[in-house]
Amino acid sequence: MLTFALRRLLVAIPTLLLISLVIFLLVDLAPGSPASEIPLTVPPEVRAKILEALGVNEPIHVRYVLWLKQFFWIEPLNGIDAIFGTSYAEGEQRIISYQSRSPVFGIIGERLPQTLTVIGTAYLVGVLIALPIGIYSAYRQYSLFDQAGTIFAMIGFSVPTFFTGTLFIIIFAVWLGWFPTKYDTTLEVTDWQSFLQQLRQMAMPVMVLGLANAAAISRYMRSSMLENLGQDYVRTARAKGLSERTVVLKHVLRNSLIPVVTVIALGIPSIFGGAIITENLFGVNGIGAMLIQAIRGNDLPMVQTLAFIFAILIVLFNLIADILYGLLDPRIRYD
Amino acid sequence: MLDAHPAPLVQVEDLKMYFPIYTGVLRTQTGNVKAVDGVSFQITAGQTLGLVGESGCGKSTVGRAMLRLYEPTAGRVLIDGEDVAKMAPEALRRKRPSMQMVFQDPQASLNPRMTLAGIVSEPMDEHTDWSREKKTERVYELMDQVGLNRRFVNRYPHEFSGGQRQRIGIARALALNPRFIVCDEPIAALDVSIQAQVVNLLEDLQEKLGLTYLFISHDLSMVRHLAQKVAVMYLGRIAELSPSRDLYARPLHPYAEALLSAVNEPDPVLAARRNRIILTGDVPSPANPPKGCNFCTRCPKVMDICRSVKPELAEVEPGRLVACHLYTTQADAGSAGATEAKERNQQGVSQ
Repeated sequence: MLTFALRRLLVAIPTLLLISLVIFLLVDLAPGSPASEIPLTVPPEVRAKILEALGVNEPIHVRYVLWLKQFFWIEPLNGIDAIFGTSYAEGEQRIISYQSRSPVFGIIGERLPQTLTVIGTAYLVGVLIALPIGIYSAYRQYSLFDQAGTIFAMIGFSVPTFFTGTLFIIIFAVWLGWFPTKYDTTLEVTDWQSFLQQLRQMAMPVMVLGLANAAAISRYMRSSMLENLGQDYVRTARAKGLSERTVVLKHVLRNSLIPVVTVIALGIPSIFGGAIITENLFGVNGIGAMLIQAIRGNDLPMVQTLAFIFAILIVLFNLIADILYGLLDPRIRYD
Repeated sequence: MLDAHPAPLVQVEDLKMYFPIYTGVLRTQTGNVKAVDGVSFQITAGQTLGLVGESGCGKSTVGRAMLRLYEPTAGRVLIDGEDVAKMAPEALRRKRPSMQMVFQDPQASLNPRMTLAGIVSEPMDEHTDWSREKKTERVYELMDQVGLNRRFVNRYPHEFSGGQRQRIGIARALALNPRFIVCDEPIAALDVSIQAQVVNLLEDLQEKLGLTYLFISHDLSMVRHLAQKVAVMYLGRIAELSPSRDLYARPLHPYAEALLSAVNEPDPVLAARRNRIILTGDVPSPANPPKGCNFCTRCPKVMDICRSVKPELAEVEPGRLVACHLYTTQADAGSAGATEAKERNQQGVSQ
């Protein structure tokens, strides 16, 4: 298992290098210039100096290698410095956002907590709703509950979040007045009161995203359960005289969870990616909102770095899913 | 109990298993697949009843409905005096240790995520309060009984060969000392060299533990080897139920005759002289069986009455029950022997 993980990590290096090149070139060669963000009132010679200072005039391969060095060497050193109070990275050039002229990783660090609390909770809520629905739907296939679950999943799949989000705002915030319409990023949880307020403002974005997540996962869970419920070993379990609970929860569910766990693990990188639409809709100041802002402002370093971080997370969670599969299913061994 | 006929351990009376057919937009029930349509037999304690028939005739359904792995539509299944078909769920669960099943496909019928120890000891977790040591001891004991090396105790099913897996299936069935075991084609998925081993194992266990078997198979020579009595099924009904020796020597029901003519004869001289009865046509659909005898569409000896009246299983010779008008109508028309035979049959059932 360990050798398998190490081998996969080694294979991941060229993969990620290739991905980084593609991302860098795609973003760099796309139309639009960082100069477009500089107000027209700025005199041309000043504008040229600004561009010079941004390093935009260097040839593309120089910028690529520099960015790689910054990403893989200088930024981790900065991370170490921040944690241990050392000064390895002093005086080195970090990846700088064109828009705010501050380090990209600093901004990500500011935005990530918002995204992780809201989107992460939404994912968790989605999984927690989806699993029982999927299990019971399969156990009582074609029952009223199953039909309702199917409709729920269909709605979750087909209705876009900008619609459900707006609907939720109208119903729960405008008509009923239960939740605030906007997410207040400046709120700090210090006591019980502010914690409740945080819960209230998280409720709607979490429900909107949770619905979409739950729809997909409940379907996976249901089909996996159905597949296993029909297996012969389930009949064996019943013949042993086990209670129905043990048959379903021990035999069927554990076998059915194997593919579902993989699907859930593969969905985790999307938490870090944020949810562009939902974040914008509710004013959650997270990664998704930042990404769209960076794209609008031609903030190339920011877009490149974010896209590459997503790529790393996806490769990483693919590996994690494979390892989980091997741990959960004794028939699969990586040796 | 001490008379010449030992009491039957298992008594099945008029067992019916219909699977509803739903069609149309509104999924209304438009019919039934009559997988088992009124089957009755009994098995004496310590003996084996063979159940043979072609694919799809309802053999496995009988076995599963008897152990309430399906909910039977009608009928009684008395195992050791208790009607399994109508037991409340909790009582049924407590009854399960005494009636077990060895399944056809040893690969699919074992949970792939459980080790041998887990599979075999799970019934003990559920039905006993034994200590861990005692359970382990019992697992080892069972492994010895079925001839599995004790070293394999923590392996998973996929690490075993087909024959070994079936031994696990047998060990699992034996875990709580059942009295009655349904063997649902236990050798069909095994290759021939392993089949004999498993059948011998089943025989040894029967002798040692006094087990009662219902041996479901389409392998006629294996059934001959194992069973004292054999029931031949066709399309959800028993065509003939006779002592094994008599049936193989001289089958009475035309279907039994045709079926047994398909048994391979190892002696080439005899094989050359053998008369194979080749049936024409297909088995009718169990959703829409013929009005009269189920076999009337293919029977080489079909008569007019066969197409309108379903023959009942009746004792036509001592110990031999046949559902065929060839025997019953002749008797009806002629002698008083028919009523006698019927009476004896009824006695047999009410024992």
